[in-house]
Amino acid sequence: MMVFRPVAALMALATLPAMASGADDVAALRAELQALKSDYDARVDALEARIRQLEASAQASADAAEALATAPPAAPAPAPGGDVGDKASAFNPAISLILGGNFTGTSRDPAGWHIAGFPPAGDEAGPGGRSFNLGESELTFAASIDPYFAGTLTAAINGDNEIEVEEAFFRTTALRDGFSVKGGRFFSGFGYLNEVHAHAWDFVDQPLVYQAMFGGQHKQNGVQVKWLAPTDLFLEFGAETGNGDNFPGTRLESNGFNGATLFVHVGGDIGDYTSWRGGVSWLTQSSEARSGGIDDADGQPLFDAFSGDSDTWVVDGVLKWAPSPRRQLKVQGEYMHRRESGSIFDAGGSLLADDYRNTRAGWYLQSVYQFAPRWRVGARYDSLDGGTPAYAFAPPNLLDASPERISLMLDWNPSEFSRLRAQYDWDDARDDGETDHALRLQYIYGIGAHGAHKY
Amino acid sequence: MKDFIRLFAVLLVGAVSLPASAALKVLATTPDWGALAIELGGDKVNVYVATTALQDVHRVEAKPSLVARARSADLVVATGAELEVGWLPVLLQESGNARVQPGQPGYFEAASALRLLEVPAKLDRAMGDIHPLGNPHVQLDPHNIQAVAHALTARLSQIDPSQAAFYAARGMDFDARWDAAIKAWEAKAAPLKGTPVVIMHRDQVYLCHWLGLTEVASIEPKPGVPPTAAYLGALVSKLGTTPVRLILLNAYNDPKAANWLSERVHAPAVVLPFSVGGSDGAKDLFGLFDDTLNKLLAAVK
Repeated sequence: MMVFRPVAALMALATLPAMASGADDVAALRAELQALKSDYDARVDALEARIRQLEASAQASADAAEALATAPPAAPAPAPGGDVGDKASAFNPAISLILGGNFTGTSRDPAGWHIAGFPPAGDEAGPGGRSFNLGESELTFAASIDPYFAGTLTAAINGDNEIEVEEAFFRTTALRDGFSVKGGRFFSGFGYLNEVHAHAWDFVDQPLVYQAMFGGQHKQNGVQVKWLAPTDLFLEFGAETGNGDNFPGTRLESNGFNGATLFVHVGGDIGDYTSWRGGVSWLTQSSEARSGGIDDADGQPLFDAFSGDSDTWVVDGVLKWAPSPRRQLKVQGEYMHRRESGSIFDAGGSLLADDYRNTRAGWYLQSVYQFAPRWRVGARYDSLDGGTPAYAFAPPNLLDASPERISLMLDWNPSEFSRLRAQYDWDDARDDGETDHALRLQYIYGIGAHGAHKY
Repeated sequence: MKDFIRLFAVLLVGAVSLPASAALKVLATTPDWGALAIELGGDKVNVYVATTALQDVHRVEAKPSLVARARSADLVVATGAELEVGWLPVLLQESGNARVQPGQPGYFEAASALRLLEVPAKLDRAMGDIHPLGNPHVQLDPHNIQAVAHALTARLSQIDPSQAAFYAARGMDFDARWDAAIKAWEAKAAPLKGTPVVIMHRDQVYLCHWLGLTEVASIEPKPGVPPTAAYLGALVSKLGTTPVRLILLNAYNDPKAANWLSERVHAPAVVLPFSVGGSDGAKDLFGLFDDTLNKLLAAVK
């Protein structure tokens, strides 16, 4: 009230003269106001003229400086409002977090799920448990280390309360002429889908061929060198080596490294709306007493461990057609072919054969169509060939496995940071005459730093 | 396997022995910066534009063709202010080209020469696709183009000092022509001042700011969020009490919502080129503004 009293008094005072005096006074006041206004207008005009003059001279001197062009340009001005001053947190890495989960229903017990004809490659394969499942929460930290290197850590916390280091690598930022080096743990650069993080997949899970051949994504604990050719056509060469710790390799009891990966990727555009990338990759790895075998046609284990060499070829291709910002068609496929040769052992570790060899293959083809700004629909076909194990004392009842799967998905993307998906699988991975039907509803949310996605 | 290693080696050697060209290679993220680089660099620059006016520059893919261009670029001209945050970092990262990394002379951000509008005081994605450093859709104010032209001229001279005199002369010539053009545009656009408009997305804010158009409402309830039927309904009743003269949309936008609104509020939906190449008239930067003004003036007649 204290505040209002003087204001009210002033208002009363202001109204007094008008009430007390006649029309002449009003006219006089008007004239006075008019005089004041024109005075101000003149002053404003003068000020504006001065500003224009100053701007012009600043412009002239800027032009002169540019004409000389001897001095380098001033450092980019700090972004307005971005006063990073002396904040200790200013150097914190960019942090992004992916939250994911699903609801799963399957017609057969998922505990017995396996891919017929293929040794178990890891526990990330399969449709997952029934009912609600908390997926991987993926936490990524990334920043430049110094003018020469940048670092990234991606840790996945799974629903069983385990933390897994998905990727933790440094990469070079100061190399020229198309070279880059990466080291630590990283998704190997072969094929197309291997480097894509789970939250960016177009289906809930990976194609069967990735699950069968690599137990999901193949992580390299080692180094990678890439070289990009100076051509308008995208032409990239890569080579990797590591400790062989991931399927199909095992860590060897020796110094040095286990295995090598070579890959070539080629890509470009066809017209304004279509882009493509294709590649050929070759991986070789060795394993010592790698546990996990395959069954014979009666479901009895043929062997339980393998030592030897695995050579894998991967051919990949992807094509994207985006005729408008709101529609996109993506077609991708990969073919993998693996030859293994070496020795096999039984559960007790005794040698069964030392001339074991097997050739397995598999492929998938998938297509996703964004038919409305927020909606996408997709279909995928998986096909595998478990090959036929060959060795001197091979039993006659060998399994001739050819698992298959068909997946259909529909997803809704309210924004760049959220995705809700439904996926149905007609799943014949077990190849035992009884098909599994699986329905999964999934959510994926991203918070924190805006990630940039690979092609 | 041996064959593969041989093929690998042959491709590698073949690619290494390719000749390099003399002109400065510029990779521009948008057609506008590409057009500006050509204005300023003439035949001394070889410009590749990463996007077209019909693409939504928020949602561009780090295509292999773009990675290849970033690899050999001497200069990357980007908008900055996180406009290209979803794809440019990947291009630069995959390029193996240290010269165009952020912080290097070969990486130029237009926003660094500008004072951005709409710097948010609070950051929360619940507010939609907001840009933390301010509104990055700067190209529709010709004064911004001019400021960027000055900075870009200096940068071209810095990374290609042997042609500094050429860039300086061309920069001054452009500046004079642009100054004259701005005067002509501003005189021509005078009747547009104060025109009440509905905008589609916040990428038309700089145009409104320059021409003094009054932004009454936006078709997107929040940046990057498409309107719901309920929101559009409310918009129609709001525009019943506060009528507008124009509904602005860009060549790359989906015209559905704007056309729907146009019928109900009896204001024409004007499709603006937004970027060089967004209409037949917008063949270069001068054409972009000529055509934008022509379309606006024709619509208010």
